Amino acid sequence: MLAEKKSKKGAFIALCCVAVLLILVIVLENTLDPIKNTTFFTVLRKGAVYALVASSMNLLNGFTGLFSLGQAGFMLVGAYTYAILTIPAASRDSVYYLYGGSAIHFSLPELFGGGAVGLILGVLAALVLAGLVAAGVAWLIGLPVLRLKSDYLAIATLGFAEIIRAVLQWDKLGPVTNGANALKNFPTFSSFNLGSGLRLSIFVAFLLSAVCIAVILLLINSSYGRAFKAIREDEIAAEAMGINLAKHKRLSFCISSFFAGVGGGLFAMAMNMAQAKTFTTALTYEILLIVVIGGIGSISGSCIAAFLYVAASEWWLRFLDTEIILKSGFKVPLLRNGFRMVVFSVVIMIVVLFFRKGIMGDKELPDLFRKRAAKGKEGSK
Amino acid sequence: MLKIDDLRVNYGGIEAVKGITFEVPERKIVTLIGANGAGKSTTLRSIAGLVKPASGRIHLQAEDLTGLSPDKIVSKGITLVPEGRHVFPDLTVLENLKIGAYLRTDSLDHDLEWVYSLFPRLKERSWQAAGTLSGGEQQMLAVGRALMSRPKLMMMDEPSLGLAPLVVKDIFSIIKKINQQGVTILLIEQNANMALHIADLAYVLETGRITLSGTGKELLSNEAVKKAYLG
Repeated sequence: MLAEKKSKKGAFIALCCVAVLLILVIVLENTLDPIKNTTFFTVLRKGAVYALVASSMNLLNGFTGLFSLGQAGFMLVGAYTYAILTIPAASRDSVYYLYGGSAIHFSLPELFGGGAVGLILGVLAALVLAGLVAAGVAWLIGLPVLRLKSDYLAIATLGFAEIIRAVLQWDKLGPVTNGANALKNFPTFSSFNLGSGLRLSIFVAFLLSAVCIAVILLLINSSYGRAFKAIREDEIAAEAMGINLAKHKRLSFCISSFFAGVGGGLFAMAMNMAQAKTFTTALTYEILLIVVIGGIGSISGSCIAAFLYVAASEWWLRFLDTEIILKSGFKVPLLRNGFRMVVFSVVIMIVVLFFRKGIMGDKELPDLFRKRAAKGKEGSK
Repeated sequence: MLKIDDLRVNYGGIEAVKGITFEVPERKIVTLIGANGAGKSTTLRSIAGLVKPASGRIHLQAEDLTGLSPDKIVSKGITLVPEGRHVFPDLTVLENLKIGAYLRTDSLDHDLEWVYSLFPRLKERSWQAAGTLSGGEQQMLAVGRALMSRPKLMMMDEPSLGLAPLVVKDIFSIIKKINQQGVTILLIEQNANMALHIADLAYVLETGRITLSGTGKELLSNEAVKKAYLG
């Protein structure tokens, strides 16, 4: 009972932290110069999206122990579902000009009456549908694939992700998916900036991502989450305890894909466009890397690592790509286009070699404070 | 309570259990003894639903359990303590116990107290990762976890495996205690001496067939059993 009280208190503190973070984000976006800080803002928006996708992958790979590499495929399904459902009817002809207009003539925000309310409801509905479609695809793929184990599962999911990408680029589906061309003009995070000058784009990204991650956390701490962990630890014992392996694996796979789908929708919002060719295997690896750096089995680790990763790749290491010539005429060696990726790879290798359990291991943020408090008590004895 | 009728099980391409028939009466301790490869584990695994029998029937009270999935069988009141303990190493002791009660939706407090009273050591370590427990403690946890499903019948696969003699004695006295509190027990053991001492009823399994049966005491004094299993 004491533990329950403690965890309720913990949940309250966590909620407060998230609220403070959200307020901070609004303040930042509205006080900092938007032109000078474009990169910083992009990093924040993209980081929020990556945090969600990494958490969804962690749910499957870290907590259920199913090593799947299909995340980019499910993101793609989500991104396309979101985009197709929200492109305004008026701009459909220009987006689908190669196919003489779109086969779908409605747009969710307009169906909900347009305006601010229509935008909010339409985007939310489209995101939920994006998740549901991705989960549905996952359910179908899961029928054959979830019978496989470890490496074989990884290879099979990877293959299916590639198939999804190929199918969505298929010319015959052009009137729906716009073939290999980008989908654009749908509502993005910037659409939520108010006319009066209050900018909310980062806030919306953080809010949507935070809500989804909170749901993932609740799931992990429920009895379902315990069953997932039991399957990860020991399938034989889990089965003997009455956990239906097939059902729970499917559940975890579909839920993970649901959030990957929602994440894909958010990804499209952050990038202002959706195009199948950006959702390659490389994207899955990026996310896998975030999960590994953050710690397999730690949601807070995934979130921290997501922001670090995005900041490092988009911002902090950018200078490595430009030639710098000092005043004395000395040209700094090695700095040139592409060198960023070399350094980045080295950094990643160092992390994987020396921090094998990632930043957080399988601990969550509150665990760290708890440990320190316990140590403090022992010290004072 | 449990009736096994002409059970045949194929395991890894060979017929491991070749038509056995036996009964486990309510509130008794029943043991199957036999050498390695006699088919003891396979019998338990097929009762638990982890392997499908090739033919034969399994009845619990009047209900036919043959071919049901493991989760259905657990919900009917049969639980298995697997060989080699199989605790969930990275989860805490408390989480392990809660997973034992996974199919239950009612309050667990009462049964947690019960398990903790049987194994006070588990209460002390409830926040510790199960992988950090000693072998004996892990066995206690495996038993406690099985009890959390509130079984009518608890099946135990080699509970003495790899444990020090003193710890084995502890485990067996607890098995007796659990039995006295109303749980029927089906136990398989290589440590025949220990098992026969606490068993009300015992069967000897040899290469997939039951060759001898009787009360624990009868078998303890049986010449053939003495020669083959008691040394």
